[in-house]
Amino acid sequence: MRLIKSFFAAFAVILAFAFAAPASAQLRVDIDEGHLNPMPVAVVDFLGPNAAAQQVGRDVSQVIRANLDRSGLFRPVEPSAFIERISAMEVPPRFADWRVINAQALVVGQVTPLPDGRIRIEFRLWDTFGETSLTGFQYATTPDNWRRIAHRISDQIYEQLTGERGYFDTRIVFVSESGPRTRRIKRLMIMDQDGANPFFLTSADAMVLTPRFSPSTQMITYMSFETGAPRVFLYNLETNRREVLGDFPGMTFSPRFSPNGSGIVFTLDMNGNSEIFSMDLRARSRVRLTNHPGIDTSPSYSPDGSQIVFNSDRGGSPQLYVMNADGSGQRRISFGDGRYSTPVWSPRGDLIAFTRQGGGRFAIGVMRPDGSGERILTESYLDEAPTWSPNGRVIMFFREGRGQGARLWSVDLTGRNLRQIPTQTDASDPAWSPLLP
Amino acid sequence: MRKILIALAAVSALAACASRPEPTPTPTSPTAPTAPSQPSGPTPGSVEDFRVSVGDRVFFGYDRFDLSPEARSVLERQAAWLRQYPNVRLLVAGNCDERGTREYNLALGARRAAAARDYLVSLGIAANRLETVSYGKERPLDPRANEEAWSVNRNSHSQIVSGAVS
Repeated sequence: MRLIKSFFAAFAVILAFAFAAPASAQLRVDIDEGHLNPMPVAVVDFLGPNAAAQQVGRDVSQVIRANLDRSGLFRPVEPSAFIERISAMEVPPRFADWRVINAQALVVGQVTPLPDGRIRIEFRLWDTFGETSLTGFQYATTPDNWRRIAHRISDQIYEQLTGERGYFDTRIVFVSESGPRTRRIKRLMIMDQDGANPFFLTSADAMVLTPRFSPSTQMITYMSFETGAPRVFLYNLETNRREVLGDFPGMTFSPRFSPNGSGIVFTLDMNGNSEIFSMDLRARSRVRLTNHPGIDTSPSYSPDGSQIVFNSDRGGSPQLYVMNADGSGQRRISFGDGRYSTPVWSPRGDLIAFTRQGGGRFAIGVMRPDGSGERILTESYLDEAPTWSPNGRVIMFFREGRGQGARLWSVDLTGRNLRQIPTQTDASDPAWSPLLP
Repeated sequence: MRKILIALAAVSALAACASRPEPTPTPTSPTAPTAPSQPSGPTPGSVEDFRVSVGDRVFFGYDRFDLSPEARSVLERQAAWLRQYPNVRLLVAGNCDERGTREYNLALGARRAAAARDYLVSLGIAANRLETVSYGKERPLDPRANEEAWSVNRNSHSQIVSGAVS
């Protein structure tokens, strides 16, 4: 929590530029096709007046390069290929030197110690062919917060060059797994989007499943066996306190926050009949949304809060259904071959991600909210539990090989750029946070 | 390893015994003869007695929660045993194989536990002696990833929580 708190003390200043890029000459990556031909970007090690600042500068640049590379849309140019040696941020670069190594964009920056013990980190993004400055920011922060600033700068670069919001200044909450399969230990763990700064939120005493972030990123809801039967819990990341959600006659599971964070939608099972309920967190009043003897579970709100997609086997096999947020208008949307589950509405609202099971394989796919346009992005022995990056462009999920432990993976909406997310232990049930405040 | 053997024993017991429970043959180790063996099996009324002589698990088909004739006969033996030991309380836990997604399997496991519990109640066991829970696919009995393991992992497990002879 220290990292977040210290960030609140930081401030960001937009630098004014004498010369703005003309719109027509905008350097732009096509977010759908960019993977085929990633844009070469040179990220120079950030400058600094002393060894400590230079070290931070190198670290910041390394994190930026890694973020851009992992996005699949950019290809960081190997620093050993650089011709010009940047020695001052204020001086425009020799653009020809960067064009000749085919760097279409150039990132320079510097780290400056401040009298109060903080540091200032600033950067500038250049279009080497247009010979213009595209953007630049500066941040003052505590020295231990450099990593978050590196993610923020990465987001600025991504935004400037793709025209869409970034997703690097985010975190992942997931289930860390260890031990034999018959006695698996599952604990909540949280880390930065790139796998850095991992730490446990819960102990090995109780098995936990399916964590999800609140829109404020300060709360997590998850399911735990802590009290014996499955129960929905809330975890406050600011106070590190957890509490059971409500006192229900049966087991509760599959929780998710409403888009404004004021409520939770979840499954309550009574006597073998699972139904979807919503609960207002302040009034603690609950509303039953489904009423069917079949399985109804895995609810997920549309980003405007008006609809809920969920999983039901009322038609004979698990399929995806959509209903209005008050439970009215329930209708099936999945009609392809196979068994559909774990629907998650994209933060952009345009798509629903799901797990599809068929032919002995599990796939991650997307479809439009009316069920049209189904596309499978990735498939294996077991791919499960998609979660969206906050810009709706990347999906993280977990993959288990036959008889193997689970690991986290990400794939782009294009179905390209499949990558494993580094975790120290086996890992499942990832949930991607919104952009951090 | 021990759990696998128990599971396999349970399956073979299911397959073999249409009539009365026989003492399940204990898997013998090929190594040295063991210390004096118990002459008469588990203590009547004990957790071990329930597990070995009655059978504490019933098994289900893929994505099914209906009780097979074999499952019914095990539950009938459980009910008879519960009538004999009226202080015993059970936790009936529903389990699933790994070939389903996590939340769906929690719901499916709850159905399996409810199916077993409801049958015990229909046989005259008081509902307040029976609690249910679902572990979904989180507590497989057999760690392997094949049809044999999955068929064992799709079960309802009657666990004694109190009242057994110790």
